[in-house]
Amino acid sequence: MVAATVRDVTDVCPLVKAAGLVKRFGPVEAVRGIDVEVRRGEAFGFLGPNGAGKSSTMRMIGCVSPRSGGELTVLGMDPDTDGARIRARLGVVPQEDNLDTELTVRQNLQVYGRYFGLSRAHLRAKAAELLEFAQLTDRADDEVDPLSGGMKRRLTIARSLVNDPDLLLLDEPTTGLDPQARHLLWDRLFRLKQSGVTLIITTHYMDEAEQLCDRLVVMNEGRIAAEGSPAELISRYSTREVLELRFPPGEQPPVEPFMDGMAERVEALPDRLLFYTADGEATLAAAHGKGLRPVSTLVRRSTLEDVFLHLTGRSLVE
Amino acid sequence: MVVELAPAGRAPSGSRAALLVVEGLWTWYRRNWRATVVSSVLQPVLYLLAMGLGFGSQVPPSEATGGQPYLVYLAPGLLVAAAVQNAAFESTYPVLSSFKWQKTYWGIIATPIGTGELVSGQLLWIAVRLAVSGAVYLAVAAVFGALTGPGVLLSLLFAVLTGMAFSAPIVAYSASVNDEGDSFSTLFRFVLLPMWLLGGTFFPISQLPAWLRPVAWLTPIWHGTELARGAAFGTWLPLPSLGHVAYLAVLVTTGVLLARWRFRRRLTR
Repeated sequence: MVAATVRDVTDVCPLVKAAGLVKRFGPVEAVRGIDVEVRRGEAFGFLGPNGAGKSSTMRMIGCVSPRSGGELTVLGMDPDTDGARIRARLGVVPQEDNLDTELTVRQNLQVYGRYFGLSRAHLRAKAAELLEFAQLTDRADDEVDPLSGGMKRRLTIARSLVNDPDLLLLDEPTTGLDPQARHLLWDRLFRLKQSGVTLIITTHYMDEAEQLCDRLVVMNEGRIAAEGSPAELISRYSTREVLELRFPPGEQPPVEPFMDGMAERVEALPDRLLFYTADGEATLAAAHGKGLRPVSTLVRRSTLEDVFLHLTGRSLVE
Repeated sequence: MVVELAPAGRAPSGSRAALLVVEGLWTWYRRNWRATVVSSVLQPVLYLLAMGLGFGSQVPPSEATGGQPYLVYLAPGLLVAAAVQNAAFESTYPVLSSFKWQKTYWGIIATPIGTGELVSGQLLWIAVRLAVSGAVYLAVAAVFGALTGPGVLLSLLFAVLTGMAFSAPIVAYSASVNDEGDSFSTLFRFVLLPMWLLGGTFFPISQLPAWLRPVAWLTPIWHGTELARGAAFGTWLPLPSLGHVAYLAVLVTTGVLLARWRFRRRLTR
């Protein structure tokens, strides 16, 4: 009964609630009044290009950057007055690793755990468990410095779990990793999500957001441009399929003649035309009929990249 | 409404938080102490032997040495000068690195530890390092007969205070530096070295030209050396000693406040 009551309370009470949240650095407004609610157990994403205000938002939620305006509660508390108590229950994976590279893998976990007031005995067991989770058990007593980027990232994630956080903040967790390391990391994050950890992830990778996030907001220039699940956003702001036509440099035709009826929408990128359509193959046939002779063609499903392009008129990763 | 679901992490109280920072730095030191021994202990001992025993054999006890053999006169001065030098090293590159290269400070402030506690812990750790290095130096000095009595234990306390009077403002400075550490070379060359040579360690500042003496008065080394010698030889006078302690205490306090401000500015923008 008691457990059920707690569950009810936490279901209705968001872990993060921001209203009109603003962050200014001098004259620059990095976050321009955003409204966000993150509920327990969900994986929530901030998607946007560099400079969109994602990291500033994360630092405010992480209680290491005071807000300049608006409302913010994290775990039901105010970061301005309860920062330390909130941070005690957060896990943070920063954009840049800040491991102590001159300590061993295990020491990094144990020293960090001590900052949360945890006992040495508890941390011995916890470190062993986390090393297993991060697949670093064989490297436990090696120094961090020579580890690969992927291993360091896994250790950073393991370290962020040392206090069994209620909420895990991941700021661009896989930026700079090779594809194999990214997939391994996604697998670990997916397991965390399955075990009920609430995740907040910033990323500028569409595939990452689609794989991991239940719900996300697209940020652009400090504002939220759209909000929803990846599938909702794609159906709302894009079409089922996209036809990509690539042309040799300098031979790409103008968009205007194809605006009528061939596709719902046509976007011109520097190296290709994108036709947003329900049926890519039919549109391709129509394009050939109009005498278009691209060097290569591709029919694919819509992604968040297309959503972003539609919302902002520009490509996400520039 | 506060959500409570069996959290493992807690927010340690302020003083405990600072001690946890010390513990983290100690864990690092336990693995890496060997590299620091040469500069922090061996160097002052070499100075004591070369200047105290070697050069000192040519210096008869006089009014300038308080009637002591030069080795004995030098020992408390070097204790203070070494503390200041160690303070300079410990307060520069390791601090800049924790901001810029290792970025470990950024990791720490993401935990319940706040910037004020981080500063306290970092400075406390430096104080511990100065005390331990000073104690080892004193043990070696005792073997060479450079010590006169238990008064040097008080000298050690003053040496640590002097080191911290230099350390705290330098920590604040290091928290404001964002180059590759070039500004530290300038600091060592134009502040530390003149202070070390002219602050009364090797000879009384009464031997300096009159126009240079006020500069020596500003250095923490001179105040610390006066206190350390006064304690070691039992020659101190209450009022000037209080003045020296007050001057050093003001430097420590100002440094701590500046460091807290600089850390907050850099880590929690």
